[in-house]
Amino acid sequence: MRDVYAIGIGITSFTRLEFPLSEIAAYPVMMALKDAGIKEIDHLYVANMGGARVNHQTGLASAVVDTLSLTPAGAEVIENGPASGASAIKQGFLAVASGMHDVVAVTGAERMREVNSIEATEFVATLTHPLAEYIYGVTLPSLAGMFTRAYMEKYGVTSRHLAMVAVKNQNNALLNEFAHIHQAITVEGILDSPEALTNNPFIADPLRFFDCCPVSDGGASVILATREVAEKTGRPLVRLAGIGQATDTHCVHEREEPTDLLAVRRAAAQSFKMAGVGPLDVGVAELHDAFTILEIVESEEVGFFKKGEGHLALERGETQIGGKIPINPSGGLKGRGHPVGATGVAQAYEIVLQLRGEAGKRQVADPKIGFTCNFGGFGNNVVCLTFAREN
Amino acid sequence: MSVDLEKILRPIDHEMPPFPPKYMTIASGEEMVIRQVTRDEIPDILIHVAPLMSVERDFYDVVAARVYAELLAYYRHRMQDEYVLVAQIDGELCAVVNGRRVDGDTGMSLHTLALRRGLRIGAHAFAAKMEYHMDILGHKEVLIVAESPIGFRRWMIEYNLEKRFEIPHELGGPPSYALTSEIFERARGTLVIGRRPVPDALLEKAMEAILPPSDPPTPPEDLLAATRSKYDPTGTALILQRWMQQEKEEK
Repeated sequence: MRDVYAIGIGITSFTRLEFPLSEIAAYPVMMALKDAGIKEIDHLYVANMGGARVNHQTGLASAVVDTLSLTPAGAEVIENGPASGASAIKQGFLAVASGMHDVVAVTGAERMREVNSIEATEFVATLTHPLAEYIYGVTLPSLAGMFTRAYMEKYGVTSRHLAMVAVKNQNNALLNEFAHIHQAITVEGILDSPEALTNNPFIADPLRFFDCCPVSDGGASVILATREVAEKTGRPLVRLAGIGQATDTHCVHEREEPTDLLAVRRAAAQSFKMAGVGPLDVGVAELHDAFTILEIVESEEVGFFKKGEGHLALERGETQIGGKIPINPSGGLKGRGHPVGATGVAQAYEIVLQLRGEAGKRQVADPKIGFTCNFGGFGNNVVCLTFAREN
Repeated sequence: MSVDLEKILRPIDHEMPPFPPKYMTIASGEEMVIRQVTRDEIPDILIHVAPLMSVERDFYDVVAARVYAELLAYYRHRMQDEYVLVAQIDGELCAVVNGRRVDGDTGMSLHTLALRRGLRIGAHAFAAKMEYHMDILGHKEVLIVAESPIGFRRWMIEYNLEKRFEIPHELGGPPSYALTSEIFERARGTLVIGRRPVPDALLEKAMEAILPPSDPPTPPEDLLAATRSKYDPTGTALILQRWMQQEKEEK
């Protein structure tokens, strides 16, 4: 296989965007092409989960490639739930690594705020098991709520730990001009004050409002290419060094140990093995914190901390931007936002930015290895990526 | 025969009882004071409302224009039985809400304008307005409409307001919704919150001056490229054109 490099990146604001899904997908590609200093690609992969259902738009890749005047490049949509973004990057990697193409663009986009939050939650819930979960009214917040309660009972995680993740990530998002949430919050305001229950009501006990990511529109793009093309850009070389993907039971209740996220553990291990590094080599990570509990648990499952000790590392400040292993400097899904199809690509955007040393006020000190965990379903389809800076 | 026309034009206000100020800690950890303002303070508010009239997003333009008109009418005695509450953090004007007494039983909610967005600032101010109608004015119900989807979510859905579609609302004549005393009691303690009395230092800071919003709307960075949002399709096209132009110039 040939080595594959991330040579260009682009992103839109994650917020409510009042223009078509195809534009949301196209804009960051344009920025990424500009960033890479190229004008042509061989192929376009578009990560999207809800275009057909939420926006009544099918054939999205065809629309995007034409919007960008990139025809006759091939184009297709990749759908893998909230892990669509990293899955699309994986497909892009395979296309370049295999020798089939030299330059591919990967873009992830979602326009979820075209519908109200109830409909958006219902749309995401369609990824649950149709007969064993969905018909009983299961939503992702409800699954996460049950998971959180079990985790608290077993490992001593408290509401305060969850609030600390929310505060950390929203404060990081203040440093990210493209983030959805630009509001500083404090543990006092969302947990301790007499008004905390109104400021931060329960969504799915024990998860509260500030434990859940917002519903966002947005797009992000990464251009992948061979080393030969990458060297011509004159930009820092960032190699997509490892990819891991694993699945778990579709139904959460069928898992032997409900507090384990085995697909995260396996996907991360695969990704590190392929990259030839270990979790402790990682200098910056973007984890899929759709709910605050997930950042804590994923930080353990990928190997940054021992099982059941992620919340202790959080207490010690190890996951802060200046900490031992900074997690979600972009604000994560919690602060940057979570347009589902775009999230995996946005995670890669942040890691490339960090490895290049171009992340401005939220720059982590000299990271050489970056890692992303894109969590599909409720942990039933997970894609992890490991990036390495080469110069 | 000479007629003092002003006596005809100027509505006769009923005496409006004062709203006892209250305060609360918001999600940012800051303490926000909600208090009633007097006519004399209206000009200090209007200057901060005016810039929002050009913000198209979330119907800020419509709401700000109407708030401006309602507050000006209050100031110049062209609105009957109106009151205005403001929310302030360290003196900063964060929200303006207003309404009107229709009669002894019914109130008319006019507007809720959040100058600082998020953190339920507008929602807290709206709740205070309902508190004024129900607890202070003794109304049995308040007629409400929403001009933006956010308002609809916050009032109609969160409070589960009752329909009063047979009554056109004063704001443009759309069908009204109503907050009844039963709905209000249900919301008390959850949506309607706050502490009294306000500590002296907090209240003094709020009364001292109405300070400008910390994040007022600013003109778009690129007037040509920005219309409805920063990254709209027109903006994309213009950015492309600019790049092409730059490339030509570089060559």
